[in-house]
Amino acid sequence: MANKFIQWMDERIPMTKTWNIHLAQYPAPKNFNMWYIFGVLAMLVLVNQILTGVWLTMNYVPSAEGAFASVEYIMRDVEYGWLLRYMHSTGASAFFVVVYLHMFRGMMYGSYQKPRELLWLFGMFIFLVLMAEAFMGYLLPWGQMSYWGAQVIISLFGAIPVIGDDLTLWIRGDYVISGATLNRFFALHVIALPLVLVILVFLHIIALHEVGSNNPDGVAIKKPKGSVPDEEKPKFKFHERFTKKYDIVDAIPFYPYYIVKDLIGIGIFLFFFCYVIFFNPEMGGFFLEPPNFEPANPLKTPQHIAPVWYFTPFYAILRAVPDKLLGVILMFAAIVLLALLPWIDRGKVRSIRYRSMFHKLNLVNFVISFVVLGYLGTQPATPVATLFAQIFTFLYFAFFVFLFFYSRREKTKPVPERVTS
Amino acid sequence: MKKLLIALITLIPSLTFAAGPTVPLDEAKVDLHDKASLQRGAQLYMNYCLGCHSLEYARYNRMFSDLEIPQELGEKYLQFTGDKAGDLITINMSPEAAGNWFGNPPPDLTNVARVRGADWIYTYLRSFYKDDSRPFGVNNAVFPNVGMPHVLEELQGMPAETYEERRIDGEMKQVYAGIQADGTGRLTESEYDQAMLDLTSFLVYMGEPMLLEQRRMGWFAFGFLLVFTILAWLLKKEFWRDLK
Repeated sequence: MANKFIQWMDERIPMTKTWNIHLAQYPAPKNFNMWYIFGVLAMLVLVNQILTGVWLTMNYVPSAEGAFASVEYIMRDVEYGWLLRYMHSTGASAFFVVVYLHMFRGMMYGSYQKPRELLWLFGMFIFLVLMAEAFMGYLLPWGQMSYWGAQVIISLFGAIPVIGDDLTLWIRGDYVISGATLNRFFALHVIALPLVLVILVFLHIIALHEVGSNNPDGVAIKKPKGSVPDEEKPKFKFHERFTKKYDIVDAIPFYPYYIVKDLIGIGIFLFFFCYVIFFNPEMGGFFLEPPNFEPANPLKTPQHIAPVWYFTPFYAILRAVPDKLLGVILMFAAIVLLALLPWIDRGKVRSIRYRSMFHKLNLVNFVISFVVLGYLGTQPATPVATLFAQIFTFLYFAFFVFLFFYSRREKTKPVPERVTS
Repeated sequence: MKKLLIALITLIPSLTFAAGPTVPLDEAKVDLHDKASLQRGAQLYMNYCLGCHSLEYARYNRMFSDLEIPQELGEKYLQFTGDKAGDLITINMSPEAAGNWFGNPPPDLTNVARVRGADWIYTYLRSFYKDDSRPFGVNNAVFPNVGMPHVLEELQGMPAETYEERRIDGEMKQVYAGIQADGTGRLTESEYDQAMLDLTSFLVYMGEPMLLEQRRMGWFAFGFLLVFTILAWLLKKEFWRDLK
């Protein structure tokens, strides 16, 4: 019966074939470590955001008059509405946690290097859309921080010469942030951007499965056809799409091996996720900011406006520069340079395991700069904080400049022929 | 270079003290399981606060059932506005008139505990003091120049800032010694503190009425995840045996 159904389907749509190419006969390097969990987790969080988002929409009222009260209605009167809302708000932060770690994994093991440049670029587009999605979603509860955070970020576009003022007017749809802004942000947040996000994720995975996964050694598991003796080939059947042109070594099928391994990672991740949802949804004011429990009031500016934590590294760079336009340019440059990593890094060795001590220190410098900037972005801009922000902005950009110069003639360690362990 | 680094490192502590409250806050030992305390808090709120401060995102009957108050008694003793039990806890004062009387309309307090924190509320309620320069004759140490009169004066009496003489570096100086009530109130100092703790607890409950259920579900989720993760680990071990 089941077989007949599968046959019936396969004659009409490539069901089994797709399953095999992308899961059951997809060759994944056998040496993935725990850093390789974050892609799966990002997908999990995306599904969580879409599902909880759909159910939140059922009771949310997208208007300046009704938005705040409808969120409180969800929190108090809708059955398990508080759970849906906390899953969504925690999911937003969790998305950035896993995406930042996912990106760092790519940086550590050189996953952006040839031939994975396009894969990396799709990833960076996902990151950009995700930031827009999160920013617009944050306006929807219509709390004080929603309002004033959006006010600050949109006013950044006003720094652009000539068209700046008209551009901010066009984005807001009004002279101030108002119900018009809320409604368009709602439309973009629930329809346009999620659609783009899902399409980009699809392209990201198609590109990944075309070039194949990198691994912690950065060594290719595709060898020239005929170069590998039969006894060294894995005992698994991989799809001919992968074996037609290459001999595959040191690989295992994604399903079932990595699926069952990922389940453990998902379980551990959900422990942290549930801790936040059930015991600490505000996460000390980092995930949900206390002033946002007060309805938006255009006449009352909060003492200290800070964006949510995932924007703070870039916000700190913006504030570190005395000139507003230059600050905006540097802030965007901080993201553009990440996207250009495949061309900034001119090294031939991918993994940090076989790269120079200088590269390791440089990467540590990048991480420290990013984290410190993130902290400073949450704090009021005192002269001392600004001084530190300037130093770490310099170090952040220095990472890319150093990398560009030393990577060409870097003293690397010998890279093994095959993946280790 | 070395000197520069040292100079920068010595500046680090000033980062963490960039912003802080002006008055040290007292800890409010809120216990949401203590329904009697929450009920007393509700009683205080409905009698003294609800004239001006709404709880417009919460409903009477939800509060009654959460606080284990029978609806009949609740409607009789805690509902003064003529609303039905299923209604939101609103007020009849118009914001425009209130703005004229107090400078700003008194804020809704449904979420005040989430915005300010329990300690802030607890300390604020105990920090009014006599100040004849203010329109209502009182000021507040936690919220300077607040536009609110001391509504609870009949309970606390009129408090005043007190100072005491202390010898500091060989000189006698006036030192701030906190706020003391004048003893004209119906409650003693410790009774008043307990009443304010009740009121604070009630507002903490108001901010997060789902809190107890949330915690309870959290432990179930942890239990489920523990079983799930162990099973996943065993499953992985079983499958990966082929790879040895």
